[in-house]
Amino acid sequence: MKLKSIYILFFFLPIFSCKKDNYAAPSSTLKGRILYNNEEIGLEYDRVPLELYQPGFGKKGAIAASFAQDGSYSALLFDGNYKLIIPNGQGPFKWHQNAAGVNDTLTVAVNGSQTLDLQAVPYYLIRNTVYKAVGTELTATFRVDQIITGNDAKKIERVNLYVNKTQFVSGSDNIAGKELSGGAITDPTALSLKVSVPVIVPVQNYVFARIGVKIEGVEDMVFSPLQKIQL
Amino acid sequence: MKKIYTVLTFAALLLTGACKKDSAFLDVPPKQIIPEELAFSDPALVLSVLGDLYNRQLDFSSLDGDGWRSFVDFSEAFPSENGSYNIVQRTGWGYGEWGTWDYGYIRDLNLFVKRATAATKLTEVDKARFIAEARFLRANFYFEMAKRMGGVPLIIEPMQYDYSGNVTNLQVPRSKESEVYDFVISEAEAIKNILPVDANQKSRASKGAALAMEARAALYAGSIAKYGSKTPQVTLPGAEVGIPVGMASGYYQKALTAAEEIIKGQAGSYQLYKVLPDLSENFAAVFLDKSSVNQESIFIEDFKVNSAKVHGFTTNNQPFSISDEGLDAGRLNPSLNLVQAFEKLDNTYAPIATKDAQGNPIFYTNQLDAFAGRDARLAGTVLLPNGAFKGKNVDIWAGYQLADGSILTSDDAGHLAKLPGTDVAVQVVGKDGPVNGQEFRSQTGFYIRKYLDPQVGSGRRGRQSDVAFIRYRYAEVLLNAAEAAFELAMGGVADGYINQVRARAGLTRAIHGVTFNQIVHERRVELVFEGHTLFDMKRWRLAHVVWDGSKMTVDQLVSDIGLSTKKNTQPYGLWPYKYYNPGNPNHGKWLFKEVLPSVVTGANMFQMGNYYSTIGNDILSANPKIVKQPNQ
Repeated sequence: MKLKSIYILFFFLPIFSCKKDNYAAPSSTLKGRILYNNEEIGLEYDRVPLELYQPGFGKKGAIAASFAQDGSYSALLFDGNYKLIIPNGQGPFKWHQNAAGVNDTLTVAVNGSQTLDLQAVPYYLIRNTVYKAVGTELTATFRVDQIITGNDAKKIERVNLYVNKTQFVSGSDNIAGKELSGGAITDPTALSLKVSVPVIVPVQNYVFARIGVKIEGVEDMVFSPLQKIQL
Repeated sequence: MKKIYTVLTFAALLLTGACKKDSAFLDVPPKQIIPEELAFSDPALVLSVLGDLYNRQLDFSSLDGDGWRSFVDFSEAFPSENGSYNIVQRTGWGYGEWGTWDYGYIRDLNLFVKRATAATKLTEVDKARFIAEARFLRANFYFEMAKRMGGVPLIIEPMQYDYSGNVTNLQVPRSKESEVYDFVISEAEAIKNILPVDANQKSRASKGAALAMEARAALYAGSIAKYGSKTPQVTLPGAEVGIPVGMASGYYQKALTAAEEIIKGQAGSYQLYKVLPDLSENFAAVFLDKSSVNQESIFIEDFKVNSAKVHGFTTNNQPFSISDEGLDAGRLNPSLNLVQAFEKLDNTYAPIATKDAQGNPIFYTNQLDAFAGRDARLAGTVLLPNGAFKGKNVDIWAGYQLADGSILTSDDAGHLAKLPGTDVAVQVVGKDGPVNGQEFRSQTGFYIRKYLDPQVGSGRRGRQSDVAFIRYRYAEVLLNAAEAAFELAMGGVADGYINQVRARAGLTRAIHGVTFNQIVHERRVELVFEGHTLFDMKRWRLAHVVWDGSKMTVDQLVSDIGLSTKKNTQPYGLWPYKYYNPGNPNHGKWLFKEVLPSVVTGANMFQMGNYYSTIGNDILSANPKIVKQPNQ
């Protein structure tokens, strides 16, 4: 039997096309969390951005990332020197600022995967959160501590308890919520909010809850750590 | 012999052909390009160049192409098309949304001004008018850019690269936001007396158009100065974004002066359209009537059937049951949020009554009764259940409400069902919806009426429609004057202007001592679906308040109507049901329910970074003098 040359070509085709013709994909993971003295700063999912710049490659553009609910972030990068910023006016916290009052830049050298925790000072933190479920009534007791005082202090606009059936819990993702306006707070160290959890379809015997504080003149809310609650 | 003859002929031809000079052979004027000197030698040719520049104007909303989608956002309406549900499912807007940076257009306008100025064969009158028109378009486009981007580089001469390898002389930093508005105002002042004073000149720039643009621009600048102080985080240190509060009254004064110039008739005989006795029909006709009777529209984007410039707004949004084009219909569904905002005739705000004080449903004999006694603009803007279009009534009802409290309905008007105690299957849902998730039919219970063309065949894809899009009209000039006067503490003047607009809509009880809430409300109901919503909310710095990202309950929906800070994050619907209970006095009557269409899962969230659209990284890299927007 005579082998047609076309079949011989087909035989070689997969071998030659296996050769890589491109750069390797970025493989170093830069990850970490945004913390205040190793305490979690809770955020709304995908609301607070951070930007990484790698200078020296001609055009200028950010590698954009954003923080998850628990303040964690991650970016897949090439090895090299990067500059990390959090854009002005983002986040319920104060980032290091330079003399001109502009958010400072953090230089990051990426060489293999690494963890880099960022330190920031939130305006408020929600602490000692205790949830208690009686039937479908969910009560949260907690305290709101002011971290930034003095000239930069800002008032509480409102405090919200949000409940959702998934672990994404915020002002835009919730099935129930309760609001307490800042003016109605007498003792921020002993607060409580109560919400009745609506019927969930399909039936689910647990919910997720978080408490958020909206600060006057700051767009992003600061949240307490996420809690799964058995009903 | 014959052979020799042929050879000789060829030889002779060869000689004659080769006699032509090289230059005569090679220098052939191009046939598809009109050279500059020629183009600017004849007014008709200049006008065609200018026509292209007119065509490239930027509008937030437009009727052609996918323009219907530009009306849908901001919870004023619901998109009933499977591919467009993301508008009501997203939880906010990207920072780049609405952005523009079309310096190619600016360059073409600058080149036009330069070339027209240099032209020698045009009459001075023609030349002056052409240049003034281009300057109008340029100022208007800078205004459109300023609304979206804040201060932008002001380039008013065509730039030339000198091939030196150095481009720093071409890199222009952003001007202050106030400087862009100052430019728009000063250009309008400079050209207004060159442009024709003619109320019938609507699709080319006129004195009225220049003044209307000036009034609107000055009003925007004034309110950004005044209300921008509420959001100090939306500013830049170099004032590329943000206008100092001290400049507010100066701008308001300019807005009032420019608007009053139109009102006093110095730009032509503009007036409110008051032709038809039925006030709702009359309001709808403002947008349909293109004859010289319509002295309200000042500057329009015109269309013409049987030409290349037509639009499919009616095709896209006509009622499904009255569609000229089978399945092409019903995309734009106004929301209950908007419908209930139209006042009652005694100047009070009230939701559409669905329940009495005891919580029992209210029954109506006719569906339209639920909307009776309201601002005539409601029925002129929105096609209500059982409302008429092209001589037919729309068929909007969500099902039968049975005596036992259950609902009998189906997923399509063609799917019949049997009523209790009967044997014959009947239609149990309207041909125009509402059924959740059923596209091209109303899912809120309402259709759009503004711009909907009643001409025969207007809904066909082949013919389409030529209803004009009005960019500037007299009613807005009056509202601009009223707002400027209000901000200048000239309450009596403001009352006078706003009451003219309201009286035309049947609200004959005059307002005394107009408030900010009333101005916000009046602009919403008069100018909805005309491309004002976003920019009004931005300049009053109300956008982050009304679109705060939290979901709405029915209680929140029906309360605080008429308040400027009222939340408006999700488009609700109002679904009519037919009551079925033979023997009961209410049998066959209608009741209504507030419904959030099930497709709506998101809630509008306007962030501080949305106030001014992102400037792209390509622009920032190409010109390091450009500063970034705040909060981004």
